[in-house]
Amino acid sequence: MTDKRSIAVKVNGQTYEREVDTRMTLVDFLRHELDLTGTHVGCEHGVCGACTVLVNGESVRSCLMLAVQANEQSIQTVEGLAVNGELNILQQCFQDHHSLQCGFCTSGMLMTLTEFLRDHPNPTQQEVQEVLSGNLCRCTGYLPIMSAAMDAAQKMREAQS
Amino acid sequence: MNNKWVGASIKRKEDPAFLKGKVQYIDDIHMLGMLHAAFTRSPHAHAKILSIDKSKALAVPGVKAVFLYADLPDVVRHQTLPLLVPHPSIITTKLPFALVNQEACYVGEPIACVIAESRYIAEDAAQLVEIDYEVLDVANDCLDALESSDHCAHLDMTSNIAAKFQINVGDTDAAFKNAPNVISERFFQHRGGPFFMECRGAIASYDESADAYTLHVSSQGSHRIKRCMLELFDLSDDQLRVVAPDVGGGFGPKGSYYPEYANVAVAAKVLGRPIKWIEDRRENFLTTHQERDQYWDVELAVSKDAKILGLRGRLVHDNGAYVPWGIVVPWISATTVPGPYVIENFKLDVFSMYTNKIQVTSVRGAGRPQAVFAMERLMDRVAQTLGLDAGEVRRRNFIQPEQMPYNVGIIFRDGRPVTYDSGDYPACQAAALSKADYEGFKIRQEKAREAGRYLGIGMANAVEATGLGPYEGATVKISTTGKITVYTGAVPQGQSHKTTLAQVAADALNADPKDIQVITGDTALIGLGIGTFAARTAVTAGSSVHMAATDVANKLKAYGAVMLSCTIDQVDIHNGHVVLKSDPQQTKSFREIAVRSVGMPGFSMANGLVPGLETTSYFTPDRSTYSNGTHVVEVEVDIHTGGVDIVRYTVAHDCGKLINPMVVDGQIVGGIAHGIGNALLEQMVFDDQAQPVSTNFGEYLLPLSTNMPKVDMVHLETPSPLNPLGVKGAGEGGTIPAIAAIISAVENALSPFDVRISHTPISPQDIVELLGEHALGETAL
Repeated sequence: MTDKRSIAVKVNGQTYEREVDTRMTLVDFLRHELDLTGTHVGCEHGVCGACTVLVNGESVRSCLMLAVQANEQSIQTVEGLAVNGELNILQQCFQDHHSLQCGFCTSGMLMTLTEFLRDHPNPTQQEVQEVLSGNLCRCTGYLPIMSAAMDAAQKMREAQS
Repeated sequence: MNNKWVGASIKRKEDPAFLKGKVQYIDDIHMLGMLHAAFTRSPHAHAKILSIDKSKALAVPGVKAVFLYADLPDVVRHQTLPLLVPHPSIITTKLPFALVNQEACYVGEPIACVIAESRYIAEDAAQLVEIDYEVLDVANDCLDALESSDHCAHLDMTSNIAAKFQINVGDTDAAFKNAPNVISERFFQHRGGPFFMECRGAIASYDESADAYTLHVSSQGSHRIKRCMLELFDLSDDQLRVVAPDVGGGFGPKGSYYPEYANVAVAAKVLGRPIKWIEDRRENFLTTHQERDQYWDVELAVSKDAKILGLRGRLVHDNGAYVPWGIVVPWISATTVPGPYVIENFKLDVFSMYTNKIQVTSVRGAGRPQAVFAMERLMDRVAQTLGLDAGEVRRRNFIQPEQMPYNVGIIFRDGRPVTYDSGDYPACQAAALSKADYEGFKIRQEKAREAGRYLGIGMANAVEATGLGPYEGATVKISTTGKITVYTGAVPQGQSHKTTLAQVAADALNADPKDIQVITGDTALIGLGIGTFAARTAVTAGSSVHMAATDVANKLKAYGAVMLSCTIDQVDIHNGHVVLKSDPQQTKSFREIAVRSVGMPGFSMANGLVPGLETTSYFTPDRSTYSNGTHVVEVEVDIHTGGVDIVRYTVAHDCGKLINPMVVDGQIVGGIAHGIGNALLEQMVFDDQAQPVSTNFGEYLLPLSTNMPKVDMVHLETPSPLNPLGVKGAGEGGTIPAIAAIISAVENALSPFDVRISHTPISPQDIVELLGEHALGETAL
């Protein structure tokens, strides 16, 4: 129960070395060991998506992954999105479209869309609707989140060209 | 005061911190030396505790204490959690203790509180508390609980009736006597729980030198939590501070006081360390208040020309194992029935029933969606029976705008007569029908049917009491930096108070909202408060901010005039300065005035000026103000699978003056999503022993992005005469008519098969069953 391992995890570009219980989840590690509390725990059973982070660029439910499994992996969390302290394009579109109310699901939404828009720079409305169906939000009714995603896709394309 | 900011869709001030992950929810707070709580809970819906052995739990390394009922301090042991809203109709008052004494009355009721070094260890040990039970019979379904007293929810009761009351207006029986048409139906309605994304949580700490507690709690109302706790612990006002940090959704049930909050406070004092408890999602399904079942047996008498002559019936409401909010939910249900229609004769007998399930308290809509469903289903039945258009039937019965203010003849839960203050219901429905192209629907429906597809349209109207009293206060203060701060007891859980209240203050002070900070939910910063629920903050806190900021503006002018050696009517406020109107070069900044207003040691405050640029106001609304809305829904039903696709959703809504239209739109769309869940998806399922069997998001379905249609919205703005801003509440109007409108549309789509829908939620399986051989016949093709 109290078996411990030493791990080294790179989070938002910085490497952290810690000794952790083998049963500690990745999300508890991020939140309570590294004090990166922007990643949230919504359901602890992998459904709601609030805890979504990117592990080596792939979206992962950090409540379903153990911290020890992240050893020598590279992780990006919501704290790693802003550029020099300023909201990035996607974050700014969330504010512009009133895509968050209580804000609890927001970091998971942002990380899901960060991966999706990287891989699908020119998505259809339906593709956005489908990718977001893996993340629960009780406040917004999702429509403003979809609008933000479409707007961000366009602005990211413009920034690329 | 000007009108520059109120009415503008400005972006939310609070967003950047949320978007960077830099805000602080309850579980983000860490305190030095903090320990963690977990609870051992009853696995039975009704059971007597025979014995408890906590030795194995205490033996786990890292466990610091295990509290049982017997270990609680006398003051907490000797009284139950408080009754928030007493009412004379309550026959038997049952409220829980902080931990179960002898009899557990719902699955999940806390029996032992385990404190350990980590949450992991506390949860391990909570499973090791050994409890012997005698399992008891359960009161499960609320209608069965009324019809038979064989199984009572509490051992010492002989009836499950918690409360009964009657609403009685006019002479209903006489109205029915000669009525040409009487429509009768039973409606069963189930709503699930709030299912906010952030589960509940609390951290208690205790300062021995001051003999005082601090409770951080994810709540909708820190002052109300404080009131409950002062009573339960018999503390004076200075012995407890309650702070609500950022709150990840509330939807009603986060406004309640829960036993866990008492337990962490007890443990914090005994152990001398801060104690954190964070609810997990399974606990959330078991123990956070829900809004479940109602049975409506109702009859409507109508004339040959579809005018309502009278409405009568019986409402049976499931209040769960205890009644912390008294009869608030069934009372709101009963008083919402008449809605926008003239109903001169109305009689409803209401029974609120104990069952062995978690308590029912308000969830977004708070009993109103059920009342609207009952009323609007009956209106559809009138249309079907008399062969009239559904919109026309409603039109013939509307209260007309010239009848405002309109006294419905019944008493609302605020203790005042239900008196609609303003609104134009016929115009609202007309706007919605026009926007939805209601006229063109028949052609769309026929075309679809030719292609073997089934489209349906439905509508529902609702009138909603909002802005409930008694008050919500605000302190507006200009600090010596010249910056403006607003303090209020309201607690946002997504409603954007930090932006909207800044907009209100900005207009009164001729300032920019970006220079105004709004601080919420800390009992140390404003003396009195109630909290954010019942679509009340814009009305109550908004009006208080307006009053306090206006008063501070007058103080600024008074100081400014003295400092500019002129009279108060010779100055104006502009851009953070008091300006001499005749010579705008002559100014005094808010900063200069604020410094002057705090005085200098030993110098007198000349000219009778009141020290400080600070005012606290409490707007106390005389009665509720009434929002209204019409929802029109178009659906396509797949008769093979029972799947429902909402293809078009239209809302016309009147919540008075809009402070921030973008925020109101957000509230409405979010509310609609909740209504879609209640109509088609969300169901708390219990087995025959009242054991919940839908306890995760795989079994209990919340609406997803793929369930959401595009929403078209029309705002009507009839200002409320009852408050200085002319605002009405907007937080629940998206949910309230949604369920009725969606079910109406589904039924309309299935009209070729003569399907009648009398319950909600309706699942694909239900639809296939209602279609019977029609569904099977089609599938066989």
